Amino acid sequence: MMKKLRDIAHTRAGDKGNISNISVIAYNLEDYEVIEKELTPERVKNWFSGIVHGEVRRYELPQLGALNFVLSDALGGGVTRSLSLDMHGKTLSSALLDMEIEC
Amino acid sequence: MNAAPNSIRIGTGAGYGGDRIDPAVQLLEKGNLDYIVFECLAERTIAIAQKEKLENPSLGYNHMLLPRMERILPLCRKTGTKVITNMGAANPQSAAVAVKNLARKLGIDNMKIAYVTGDSVFDRIDRYMDHETLELREPLRCLKEQIVSANAYIGSSGIVEALRHGADIVICGRVSDPSLFLGPLIHEFGWSGEDYEIIGKGILAGHLLECGAQVTGGYFADPGYKDVPDLWKVGFPIGEVFSDGTVIIGKLDDAGGIVNRSTCIEQILYEIHDPHSYITPDGIADLSKVSVAEIGENRVKVENASGRAPTGKLKVSIGYKDCFIGESEISYGGPGCLERAKLAAEIVKRRLRFLAVSLDELKIDFIGVNALYGDDLSPKLLNGGESFSEVRLRVAVRTKKRKQAESVGEEVESLYLNGPAGGGGIKVSVREIISVASIFISESDVTVAVNYENT
Repeated sequence: MMKKLRDIAHTRAGDKGNISNISVIAYNLEDYEVIEKELTPERVKNWFSGIVHGEVRRYELPQLGALNFVLSDALGGGVTRSLSLDMHGKTLSSALLDMEIEC
Repeated sequence: MNAAPNSIRIGTGAGYGGDRIDPAVQLLEKGNLDYIVFECLAERTIAIAQKEKLENPSLGYNHMLLPRMERILPLCRKTGTKVITNMGAANPQSAAVAVKNLARKLGIDNMKIAYVTGDSVFDRIDRYMDHETLELREPLRCLKEQIVSANAYIGSSGIVEALRHGADIVICGRVSDPSLFLGPLIHEFGWSGEDYEIIGKGILAGHLLECGAQVTGGYFADPGYKDVPDLWKVGFPIGEVFSDGTVIIGKLDDAGGIVNRSTCIEQILYEIHDPHSYITPDGIADLSKVSVAEIGENRVKVENASGRAPTGKLKVSIGYKDCFIGESEISYGGPGCLERAKLAAEIVKRRLRFLAVSLDELKIDFIGVNALYGDDLSPKLLNGGESFSEVRLRVAVRTKKRKQAESVGEEVESLYLNGPAGGGGIKVSVREIISVASIFISESDVTVAVNYENT
C-alpha cells in the first residue's frame, strides 16, 4: 500500500554551515523497518535534487525508530551568507514528508 | 564541602538571543531550579557584538542581558538559583560589570558575578593565516583584511571553576552550547572531566536543553499530526539530571507545550551529523545507543549516551566582512499572476544588465511557487496542479558594495509604475553581511580565565 511519509513519521531539520541534517522519526517503532527500507540516501538525494549539491549520508538509530540524513552542500553556500529565503533550510524537513512510500 | 546531591534541576531560560522572557520567570517562580541557563549566542552573533565593542569598548554583550537580568535576579536571590549564560558575547567583562551595577540598583548584595574569558583569539589571529577554512577551503589569509572577530568554542572548565569559587552568576562569551549545562553537572556531582563516559551523558543533557522550547513542543507542532496544547504559552524545559548522567526532561504543569518521546528524539538529533560522534571541547558524545522512555505525563527519561576523549582541537569561528545582500519583493495576484511576476523578473534582470550593475550572485524566487524548494522539488509537492492565487517575486543579490545592492532595490521599486499590471506590496532591504568561517586550533593555544565582580 502506498502512503505518504507524513502518515508514519515526523521530521526535523537542523543546520551547520552549509550542511543540513534531517531526522526522520517513525511515530511507532514497528514502522522503523519501512522507513529504513524506503528512505535510501539515494532516494533522499534525488528528492532534493537542485537543492542538495553534495553527498547524502544516512545514520540509523533503530532503538529510536529514527534515521538521520546529513545533506552536504545544501544551504546555498552556508547559513551566514546564503541568498535563500530560508537560509537555515528549516523548511526542508516538511518537504520530505510528502514522499510516497510503500508500506 | 557537602556531599554530592543525587540529582539537580536545570532549567533553560533562553534558547536564543531574542527568546521570550516570561517562560524563564515562570521557571524561576515554580520550577524549584538549582540552575537556569541562558543560551543566547548564534554562530555570527559574536562577530556583530565584536563590531559594537570596537565602536564602544563598554559594549559588545547581548542587548537583552539587562532586561532579562532585571526580571530574574530578584527571583534568583529568593530561590538561590544560579545563572549561567553566554550573553557576555564579545565582552563578558563589561557584561559582568553591567550586571553588578544592575544588582546594586535592585538592592541585591553579596552577589558574586563571574566572567569567563579566553575564547577570543583575535589578538593572535596572524598565527593561523595558513589554516584552511572549513567553509571556503582556502587559507585564512584570503580573508585577512576582512576579519572582525575570532572566537574559539571553549569547554566547561571556566564555568566549573567559577562555581567552585561560589559564583552566583557565570557570564561567558563563546562556549560550546552543551558546556553551559555540563559545567554545573561536573561541579555538583564531582564528575571527573576525564571520565568521558559520564561527560558524554552530561553533553546529551545539555544538548537536549540548549534550544529551550524545541524540546517542549516548539518547532514541532503540525496540526492533525503533531498537536501541541497551548503553544502560545509554551514552557521552557526543566532537566532533572541524576549523578549517573540520566536525565528526565519535563516542564511546568501549567505551561503550554508537550514533552514526549517524539519531541525528545527530534531534539536529540537536532543539528547532529554522525550520532556516534557529537564533538565538543569537553568530550565526544556518542548518542548512537541513546534510549528514551515516557515515564509520566510530560516526563521523558533519556539515558545510555556515552562518550570518549575530545580531539584536543578547538573550533574557532571567524567573523569577516563578506558582502552586501539586497532583497527586494513585489506581489502579483489573480489570473496570470505567475506570468506577470516572471515578466517583472525578466525586466529587472534586463535593467541590471543595461545599467551594468555588478553582482556577485543573483537569485530570483517566486514566493508561493518555488522559493523554498526550487524548480525540481516544488512541482513534486504540488502533485501536478498549480494551487496559488498570488505570487511574490523576490530578487536577492550579493554585491561587494552597498550602492550596487541598493540599485537592485530601486529597479524593483520602479516596477510599480513601469512594470506589469497589478504589482503591489514592495519591500526592499540591504544588509551588510558578516559571514563566519571556521578553523581548528590546538586547545593549548587558548587560556581560559575566570574573574569576579561582587555586589
